[in-house]
This record gives sequence, structure tokens and C-alpha cells, in this order.
Amino acid sequence: MPRVVAKPEVCIGCHLCEVWCVVAHSRSKNILKAFLHETPRPVPRVVVEENLPFTLPVHCRHCNEPSCVEACISGALYRDPLTGRVEHDAGRCVGCYSCVMACPYGAVVMDEVNRKVARCDLCKEMGEPACVKQCPNRALVYQDSFTS
Amino acid sequence: MERFDYLIVGNSVGAVGCLETLRSFDKSSSIAVIGEEPHHVYSRALLPYYLDQEVPVEKMLYRPVDFYDRLGVTPVLGRRAVGLDTAGHVVKLDDGRIISYGKLLLATGGRPIVPPVPGLDTEKENICNFVALQDLQRISRLLPSAGRVVVLGGGIIGLMAAEALHKKGLEVSVVELAPRVLAPVVDEFTSRLIEEAFRRSGVAIYTGTTFKEVQGGERATGVVLTDGTSLPCDLLVVAVGVVPRVDLAREAGLAVNRGILVNQQMETSAADVYACGDCAEVYDFLMGNRRVLPLWPNAYAGGRVAAYNMLGMKREYDRATSMNAMHFFDLNIITAGLNTAGEKDGFEVVSRFDAGSRSYRRFVLKDDRIYGFTLVTGIARAGIFLHLMRRGCAVTSFKEKLLEREFGYLTIPEGLRRELLSDEGVISEHAAANQ
Repeated sequence: MPRVVAKPEVCIGCHLCEVWCVVAHSRSKNILKAFLHETPRPVPRVVVEENLPFTLPVHCRHCNEPSCVEACISGALYRDPLTGRVEHDAGRCVGCYSCVMACPYGAVVMDEVNRKVARCDLCKEMGEPACVKQCPNRALVYQDSFTS
Repeated sequence: MERFDYLIVGNSVGAVGCLETLRSFDKSSSIAVIGEEPHHVYSRALLPYYLDQEVPVEKMLYRPVDFYDRLGVTPVLGRRAVGLDTAGHVVKLDDGRIISYGKLLLATGGRPIVPPVPGLDTEKENICNFVALQDLQRISRLLPSAGRVVVLGGGIIGLMAAEALHKKGLEVSVVELAPRVLAPVVDEFTSRLIEEAFRRSGVAIYTGTTFKEVQGGERATGVVLTDGTSLPCDLLVVAVGVVPRVDLAREAGLAVNRGILVNQQMETSAADVYACGDCAEVYDFLMGNRRVLPLWPNAYAGGRVAAYNMLGMKREYDRATSMNAMHFFDLNIITAGLNTAGEKDGFEVVSRFDAGSRSYRRFVLKDDRIYGFTLVTGIARAGIFLHLMRRGCAVTSFKEKLLEREFGYLTIPEGLRRELLSDEGVISEHAAANQ
């Protein structure tokens, strides 16, 4: 399963992964425009935990048997059997937050302004995830296949 | 006689959990699903969300319109299973058709409860349940002529219906028999927060009382409560819950208590017959007993585990318990496990209410582990607690930290954190070894 894996021992807690995640999911794809002019601004889909000096970025795991899909009442969250990716169709999301209840990693992010959720989609339209590409200390690794 | 390798009676979330899992491993076997309603699989849980729209059936669909086709499943819709012969491996439909099966899943769901009150009859023009698409369609037709509505039942469905009807501009009253709303699901403090949210918005809540009688003839015109209160109404919504639909199973001689009894592999007492969802009694890992847990995630996961076992891949369902994500007006609430238990039942309770943000967190602990939690307002990342609960993790050493809004994996002691994060490779193996 493709997914982003963290190396917390080299994560410096700069939160640039969050910044670039917002840009990647903005309409303009431009850092200044996204942060200055887009309302509502997209929410970052990576959760960077901080308990200094430790920091830990957590992304959606695209689990084999996703608890979020199991809990989703609208069918907005589903696991594509061909790509293995867990997808989220925001158009169908009703903001019940059952997935927030279910995700064992806390990797489903609440978008309270739009009453929806957002999750790491691995920047599927861009090839490599933006957070991985922009991480200054290479604390994030894109894993194309994963066998557990 | 038609024959299918796998036959599913019921066409909701439990059926989908089963179908999707069967097809993940077995592309060629024949599968059929029998749905009593003439609709493509839709989500009953979405009913309150679409109350205020022109019943756009497409928006209620739980899976895309090509779902059955793409999965190679034969839908038999608008037909009811009326007979089951487990020895002969056949199901009889209401049109006389006989279908034989290799393995059978009963996912027949629940039937809405209508309490025995004089005049309370859902056959009447303006008295509706709130569990099926046709209930929603009836309510939508009645809305233009309705000004006042009484909702019987202060549980999740009743309260969600009340909020949706309030937002449609109706004058809404909720009547709940228990002394507080959502009594089986949340603690008293949370009940009060919810009642306050409703009252502030202008919805009347009557607790500790119920209907004595429903007035009117073919059309209900009002209700009289047991405490003497009279409430006139143009619409009456009955939302006091559902009971498992077990007729088919019982008549076929399967072991049935309140629900159809299944073991942890979701097998019923009959060979090759499985059951899941609201019609079944499943093993609750927290309570250590079998009970009806009529909740969406449990139905999907139950269907999935049934499918594994139908395929001959042995799996046990050991993660079911009660869990709810709810929102009423501006309150977001997530609960799981035992939340009505308190100190007097031998549990330790830690809780914190922040009056400024109106956020509330409550944990029920025993034997070093979490037995239940309720989060109000600050619900982000709630699943981490469900995870700790399901794995039976020792939490006493950081129990006060559970109450912090920033709680996350970095709050959890290192050894346990490493163990939990290695499951799905959150952190690299290198980090796991050295952190």
C-alpha cells in the first residue's frame, strides 16, 4: 500500500509539511495566494504532534481494512480495490465525524468550516506527495509498497 | 431453481461489508443480495441529513449505481425472504421463488418499535417512523402542511430528526421516557449539555414522561403525556429505537435471544448460515458478553468477518462495542464503550469540563484500562482512544493526560507508543528500533 512514513528522529517540527499540504490542496497551488487569498483555506491533511523536543507527523495509513471506511455512513470514504488507496469523496461527506471516531491514528482531519473531513490522498494528481518533496530534513518517506 | 454460492438477505451496510470482502478474495463465485425495499443500497443513517431536500435518492446511495454490476452481484430487490430451510439450503421469497445457497448471511436489520399507546398507529396519515426511505418520503410530503411536530424518543435518531425538523421551521417537542436524553449512551452531564443545546435553539424537551394517548382520528391532532401535558401536533415522529428482525431465523429454528445468536466467527447455530448487523447479537469485547449492538461500524465489520469465514479464512470479530459520533446544533460528541457507569459501579472516572469552550472529556477506567469515553466539542483524533480501548492498553500512568485537548501519540509513554505506531507503519522501522 502506498503511504507516507515518518522518521520522527529527524523531524524538526518545522510544520512545512502542513504548509505544503495546504498549497497542494489549494485551488491556486501557489503558496502566497493559498495563504493570503483562499477562503476557506484548505486544512492540512497531516497532523504534526508536538511534545517538545519530540515531534511526530501522522498521515493516513491507507489501511488494508480501514476503520474509517467501516464507520462512514455516507459512502464518502471507500477503499479502491485496485489501487489500495483509501479515497474520500468530499461531495458525499456529510460531516458526521464517524471516521474521526474510528481512525486509530487520528489521521482524519476535521474541516469544521465546511463540516467535512480531509485525509492524506498522497497528492494523487501530482506524483510525489508535496509534504515528502518539501520536507527539509527528509523526515518523510513515500513508500510505494508496504507489506505488513 | 436458482442457485448462488453466496446469498445475502438484507441490503444495507452489513450486506455491503460482506459483499466487498467476498469479492476482494473471490472474483468468480456467484453472489446474490435480497433487498426488501425496491432501492439500490442506500444509507439509513443519512435520513436526517436529507430531510430538508427533495428526497434526492442518488444522494442517499451508500455505494455507486454500478455497485452490483461492478462486483458481479445479482440484486433481487423489492422481494422479501419469507422462508428459510437450513437443511435444504434454500430461501423462499414472497413471490414464491426458491433460491438455493452455498453460504447464507442474514443481515435483516431491525424493525422500528411502536409502543402500545392508545391512538399511536403508524398507519395513520401523519404518524411516521424514521428508519427507511419511505418514512422520509412521507415526512417530506407532510411538511408543507405541518407546523408542529412531536418526536417520541430522545435517543440519537429522535434528536437528529428533531433538529432537522426544527431547521425546517417546525415547532418541535421531544418526549423521552427516561429522566434525561440519550440516557443509555452518555452520562448525565453530557445529557444536560445536549438538552441545553436543544432548549437554547427553541426545541422543547420533555423528559421522564411519555405518551398517555394520541388524540385525533385518521389524523393525529395532538398527544397527552403521562404527566398531563397536552401537545397539539400536525406530525408525529416515532423514534424510540429498533428491535432485531429475527422472524426468518426464528421460524427456521436458529438460536435466537433478543437477536440472532452468533459466535465470534459470525456463525449462527445452523451450518453455513451467518448473521450480522442490527438483527444479531454479537460479542462485546468490553462487556465480555453477547448483545445487540445496532451501530453502523459494527454492522459493516460484522459483515466483513462473516465474509472471511464464509470464504474459509478463519477470522474472529473481537472489536465490537457501542460507539457513536453525534452532533446536535453546535455540539459535536463522540462516545464509545461504557459511559453510563460511574464510581459507584466500581469504575474510576476522570473528567474535565471547560466552561469557556464548553468542551467536556470523560473517561471511565478500570483495571488500568479504558472502559468508556465521552468527548464533547473537542473530538479531534477521538479514534486514538478507541484504539487504546480495543487493545486494552494500560493507561493509568497517563490518565490525567487523557483529558488534555492536545492528547496524541506523543502523550503516550514511549514503549506503548512504539507498539501502537508499528501496526500500520506510521514511523519507519529504523525509528521504531532507535526511538
